[in-house]
Amino acid sequence: MSDMHTITGNQGLQIEEPLIFEQDTPGKCGVDLPDVPNVKTRLGGLERVGKIGLPGMTEPDTVRHYMRLSQKNYAIDTGFYPLGSCTMKHNPRLNEKMARLPGLADLHPLQPHSTVQGALELIDQCAHWLKELTGMPAVAMSPAAGAHGELCGLMAARAAHEAKGDPRKVVLCPESAHGTNPATAAACGYKVESIPANDQGRVDLDALKAALNEDVAAIMLTNPNTCGLFESDIVEIAEAVHAVGAYFYCDGANLNAIMGRVRPGDLGIDCMHINLHKTFSTPHGGGGPGSGPTVLSAALAPFAPVPYVVDTGDGFKLVEHKADSDQQPLGRIKGFHGQVGMFIRSLAYMMSHGTDGLRQASGDAVLNANYLKAKLGDLLTVSYPDSPCMHEVLFDDRFLKDTGVTTLDFAKMMIDEGVHPMTMYFPLVVHGALLMEPTETESKATLDNFIHMIREMTKKAKEGAVEEFQNAPMLTPRRRLDETQAARKPVLKWVPEAAE
Amino acid sequence: MRYLPLSEEDRKDMLEAIGVSSIDELYCDVPDSVLLDKAVETLPTVRGEMEVDRAISAMAAKNTGANAVPSFLGAGLYHHHVPATVDYMIQRGEFLTSYTPYQPEVSQGTLQYLFEFQTQVAMLTGMDIANASMYDGATACAEAVLMANRVTKRNKAILSGGLHPHYRDVTRTHAHFNEFDVISAEPDVDNVEDLIDLIDDETSCVVVQTPSFFGHLNDYTKLGEACHAKKALLVVVFTEVLSLGALKTPGEMGADIVVGEGQSVGNALNFGGPTVGLFAVRKKYLRQMPGRVCGETVDADGRRGYVLTLSTREQHIRREKATSNICTNSGLCALAFNIHMTLLGEEGLTKLSALNHARACQVADKLAEIDGVDVLNETFFNEFTVRLNKSASAVIDRLAEKNVLAGVPVRRLYQDRPELDDLMLVAVTETATDEDIDALVAALKEELS
Repeated sequence: MSDMHTITGNQGLQIEEPLIFEQDTPGKCGVDLPDVPNVKTRLGGLERVGKIGLPGMTEPDTVRHYMRLSQKNYAIDTGFYPLGSCTMKHNPRLNEKMARLPGLADLHPLQPHSTVQGALELIDQCAHWLKELTGMPAVAMSPAAGAHGELCGLMAARAAHEAKGDPRKVVLCPESAHGTNPATAAACGYKVESIPANDQGRVDLDALKAALNEDVAAIMLTNPNTCGLFESDIVEIAEAVHAVGAYFYCDGANLNAIMGRVRPGDLGIDCMHINLHKTFSTPHGGGGPGSGPTVLSAALAPFAPVPYVVDTGDGFKLVEHKADSDQQPLGRIKGFHGQVGMFIRSLAYMMSHGTDGLRQASGDAVLNANYLKAKLGDLLTVSYPDSPCMHEVLFDDRFLKDTGVTTLDFAKMMIDEGVHPMTMYFPLVVHGALLMEPTETESKATLDNFIHMIREMTKKAKEGAVEEFQNAPMLTPRRRLDETQAARKPVLKWVPEAAE
Repeated sequence: MRYLPLSEEDRKDMLEAIGVSSIDELYCDVPDSVLLDKAVETLPTVRGEMEVDRAISAMAAKNTGANAVPSFLGAGLYHHHVPATVDYMIQRGEFLTSYTPYQPEVSQGTLQYLFEFQTQVAMLTGMDIANASMYDGATACAEAVLMANRVTKRNKAILSGGLHPHYRDVTRTHAHFNEFDVISAEPDVDNVEDLIDLIDDETSCVVVQTPSFFGHLNDYTKLGEACHAKKALLVVVFTEVLSLGALKTPGEMGADIVVGEGQSVGNALNFGGPTVGLFAVRKKYLRQMPGRVCGETVDADGRRGYVLTLSTREQHIRREKATSNICTNSGLCALAFNIHMTLLGEEGLTKLSALNHARACQVADKLAEIDGVDVLNETFFNEFTVRLNKSASAVIDRLAEKNVLAGVPVRRLYQDRPELDDLMLVAVTETATDEDIDALVAALKEELS
């Protein structure tokens, strides 16, 4: 904290903001509503009695509250977010405008088909782009997020095995897999077996082949992988997986590196979810909502969940029930038709770039990552120096050895410098990992400033400024927070003082 | 391309620094056989902002939105007025474009609103604690059953016939792939309780909905007692969160898990998504609850602050042992909920809930006077079921041609139940004007006579 103490605790624009419950002025309200008509109620004696406990606030107070909260957040609109595996790229405002159009935002999912032809066309167009870009014949649009898309893909694989009378038991996951991969396999009723990485940061092909047998239902693999590398054996992996009758799930988290340059369908994969917020720029929104359409191979396409849109040639219709389908849908995985609001944003993004722009975008993302690698490689330790990285570059923390500064300390000091830290301690295959992903929407000037900052910080660490690192961040609304206390004595809601 | 800041000059300099001659060279690990040498040719090329705006606006213009015509559709999602302040605030870049708050020092804005949101949801449902939101009500319902199975170490869920068919179907999908049993009671407009007889020593939970899918209201207190006597959990679902402002809470009825859809507060219909699932539980089940949670703590200077907590339940720590595979929430939708609920407050929510109910009562009375319409509910909140003297889908389609969105045909969600063909769900919210109601009544009279 700065030495300057104020009466309020505020520091200029950094204003302390109480919870809404602590600003309660009973009787105040931020909306005007018409009088309630006097009718005989039909609540069957189940009326709510007693107070709910919600605070009273006016509209001006409410605006100021959330404006002040917003000022305590870092965001892609405020600065550089080199967060590996998360793909924090610019979120164009055109997308937001399109998603709010009358006739899209105010459509009910159960309106007659005749009144939603434009919306069904829009879903169909978004699906078309995703299929063409990935070279896959089908896409399930309903998954609500990336992990939900994983579940959809694995359920399709399991449904396909069941249709052959052979449900199988095991799913293989590389040890570098996103944590959601094994959790998803377990949530789909499978036993998970781990596959080690080789010293080149890729899946160990021999170990994989040894693990493949007729009990294996599917393999889950990320490509480009979480070490930032393209799995160069991927075609051979796909062939080996198919040879034992298993399916190939590809985690699409890193599609941003290859869109317009490699079609996952050509690699022999059977299913892949697409995080629309990563690759196609729908905003992360502080942790959601996501959207995870899942592309499917010809083998898995018949098992896509309901509902789905069909172009009849004479208009669009929605197939909402298994019984109305000429396929073998695995069932329903979400209420209604998927995150349509996200399809609109993604379609606006894809149309804006065009196929040529998307190819340029993935190329620039890879160029930016390799630029960081080239400019920082002499200082930080590049984990896999022999291959070009894809859209993210993996370093480890050997450069901090004997300085007393931890990777976490280093990251926290980046915050004081006004940059969001990179991903740390992931992937687990590299000790003390630092995974950086600049994305294609950062300029060379931003990267050069970042490189300068990292070099100066490293110099500081090596010169012995341990305490300064350990005390960081100093300039944020809050300094390091006690996560142990939060977990040990969970306080998950506000309670009035008298009731404590 | 307007979103890409690198110039040709920049690219040239950077390639030189890397020591390669082209971007293509950076893709040398991709087998030649699968590397495209040019952009995918079956898709259009770059377009300016104005062109994209026009193309998407043209698709929007082909639809009939709920703001443009009288609309009485519910069945899980509801058309309400969202104050302008809500959409303005959620479009602040610091909320809209921020990442999951894993670095709490620069995410106190997100974390504080999640803490407020959790408090609001706990208050509304009458439960001890809530998480920071789920994908939607239907997936939250499936997660509630999975959680009940974990807590009770049992494998059979009983679903009420008044549960939304999508919630039932999503739960069944999970049941199929996780090999647990789901018993669904018959669809029933009155939702009369014969569920108690179905509870046995294998039952992990009974799932009921309030108001039911058909709009009916029930006190589930006795059902809760029956569940607890057999060591099963009571899961209470709602699809219209505004009803909680008018009704006895699920917590008061003895619910162990309460889940539902929060779209009605702060969020547009969006043709079905994104929406915001709400999830609340009794304190003793905290560590079995799926999803993200935000907790209060202190910082290095002893000041109050917030962090994501209890992540040991989450996928990134426990992997295949995680309580669920979910690794996101509906953050921005939860913010919209939080802001709208703050604007409403105690006074506003109570009044808005009462207004919804009163308007629905007025419409039910008017419809009951029409020949060929039977109102089937004795109790309801803002949605009820009517029996028409002909197929509801056909009537609704013809009324849509007259620019009245009259309701949802029950059969659309119960495709396998021809006996429900003449039932229509009618939802009435504060958005229905007197003119809208008159238009509905006139159009129905004409169609049914």
